Amino acid sequence: MALNTQPNLARPDDFYEALIDMHRDLDDARSQSANAQLILLLANHIGDHATLLEAIRLAREGVADPATQGGEIHPLAA
Amino acid sequence: MSIDYQRLSFEYRPCREQSAQDMHSGAAQPAYPVIVVGAGPVGLATAIDLAQQGVPVVLVDDDCSLSTGSRAICFSKRSLDIFDRLGCGQRMVDKGISWNVGKVFLKDELVYSFNLQPEAGHHRPAFINLQQYYVEGFLLERAQQMPNIEIRWKSKVVGVEQSGTPGTCDAAVTLTVDTPDGQYALRGRYVVAADGSRSPIRNLMGLDSKGVTFKDRFLIADVKMEADFPTERWFWFDPPFHPNQSVLLHRQPDNVWRIDFQLGWDADPVLEKTPERVIPRVRALLGPDAKFELEWVSVYTFSCLRMERFRHGNVLFAGDSAHGVSPFGARGANSGVQDAENLAWKLAMVLEGKASDALLDTYASEREFAADENIRNSTRSTDFITPKSPVSRVFRDAVLKLARHHPFARQLANSGRLSVPAVLSGSPLNTPDSNSFEGAMVPGAACVDAPVQAAREPAWLLAHLGQQFTGVLFCGEDGIDAQTEGALNRLLTGAIPMKLVVVACGEAPAPAIADAKIVRDVEGVASARYDAQPGTFYLIRPDQHVCARWRRLDASAVENALKRALCVEGTA
Repeated sequence: MALNTQPNLARPDDFYEALIDMHRDLDDARSQSANAQLILLLANHIGDHATLLEAIRLAREGVADPATQGGEIHPLAA
Repeated sequence: MSIDYQRLSFEYRPCREQSAQDMHSGAAQPAYPVIVVGAGPVGLATAIDLAQQGVPVVLVDDDCSLSTGSRAICFSKRSLDIFDRLGCGQRMVDKGISWNVGKVFLKDELVYSFNLQPEAGHHRPAFINLQQYYVEGFLLERAQQMPNIEIRWKSKVVGVEQSGTPGTCDAAVTLTVDTPDGQYALRGRYVVAADGSRSPIRNLMGLDSKGVTFKDRFLIADVKMEADFPTERWFWFDPPFHPNQSVLLHRQPDNVWRIDFQLGWDADPVLEKTPERVIPRVRALLGPDAKFELEWVSVYTFSCLRMERFRHGNVLFAGDSAHGVSPFGARGANSGVQDAENLAWKLAMVLEGKASDALLDTYASEREFAADENIRNSTRSTDFITPKSPVSRVFRDAVLKLARHHPFARQLANSGRLSVPAVLSGSPLNTPDSNSFEGAMVPGAACVDAPVQAAREPAWLLAHLGQQFTGVLFCGEDGIDAQTEGALNRLLTGAIPMKLVVVACGEAPAPAIADAKIVRDVEGVASARYDAQPGTFYLIRPDQHVCARWRRLDASAVENALKRALCVEGTA
């Protein structure tokens, strides 16, 4: 099962609002805990190991490595 | 009447080399087949197994007593199966506390319970708890029954020198042994270094064991008390009586209870060992009125590490000298006993000239693979119990919070993944399946037990397997045909000594094969666990691991599998 990165959310804006709402009135520690619980719940729902590894890989790639960041040039779109 | 194994002291006696060397200093003396260094559980098990295979052993130890303190207390089903083969399993089980169930608590709430042996039909429980000094004492008493084991106490190895061409019969090891009467030279063809985590032999050879040391400290308090906790492994995360840390409670024989408190890296290891600090911690768990005595107290840290290679010439490292793990998972002593079993038959076969020296390379490769599996499991448990980063802590706590209400999270809660034998599926000694099989008994797996009948009495399958190569033929209502009988007779008279077990089905008449042990699979459990059909044949290694299997016996195929399992050339 390949990780689906094409549009798949039934109600994208409602989902995003709910996600942000989940954190309302939480301090940073509680927010982090809620995020972690959410990741674990979703991971179990997905279940397939290869799919999860693919998502983990994409998430990690989405965070620039501090060691290589300095050397890279990110031209703004003209 | 009971023996206090912790207080036993064994007498040093000068040995024959010492008097001989007084007269002919430096003269070449004959080499013993095997010298085992270290009379702990691993060295003793190695010596007994070799002696049972007919190999005389000299066992040297730098001390003259058994383990001080309970130390390793959890012995796995696989270790018990091995101790059974070594002739002292029943004593261990009779004295030990059998258990199968573990419980994990968050604060004072049960979040997860596991049963390590949910199915019936096994001779031995998943685990017994038994103080290390009993295990060593029972092994020692077994070793002392064997005329071909010579134990030399107060004999410390202070020098190691290898000579001869590696891989040939003239390769040997000369140890310099220091005794109360001075030093002498002790020559052996092979040396098994079972001399513990600080292995003097490893140091003398300039080798090391590398890995990760965890920044956490734990307190073991073994207390003696009358208590009515169930015979289960209880593990708390963040209990009210020891906030923010973990605690493990485990029952041992003689009303001794193991309590293991996580202390954190900043704890003072000297101060935390004092009764003034320990007693209040124990009282917090047991209640203000609890009556108990401290039996043994220890503060420890741990590392997950291993030597890069377990074989260096004719020196073979086994147990803690070769690898180390955290205690969570009981993978230290248990994996060492499996090292011993893996090594003993291979040494015996090489010394008898039935296998090539290359077979000993597979001791190293198989047990390095197993060590990696143990280290991986142990490291994962430790990362859960002692998170190494703030985000790791966040996920750990999230798992525990979810585990209260959501079953899926319980399988992530990791208080120790308890020792099971590695499946050596990549071993070069296996012959890959050429027929289709289901189930767990793949080539490389340790054989599982099953209830059978032998001579109309209840018996266990494992008791009939191993020690030497074993052929197991599953046989249906129709008995066996002439072709199969011919193949069996050819194997039983072959160059490699082999024994034969026929698993007969139900009440059908037993086939008449001279020299075969007949057991009856009256409940059908053996056939189910081995996915056997009438005619299925398993070749089992002397250490009770599956070597090869076929749906129909073919003597040539078995002979080739035997050659492969002994690293002998000439496979057709």
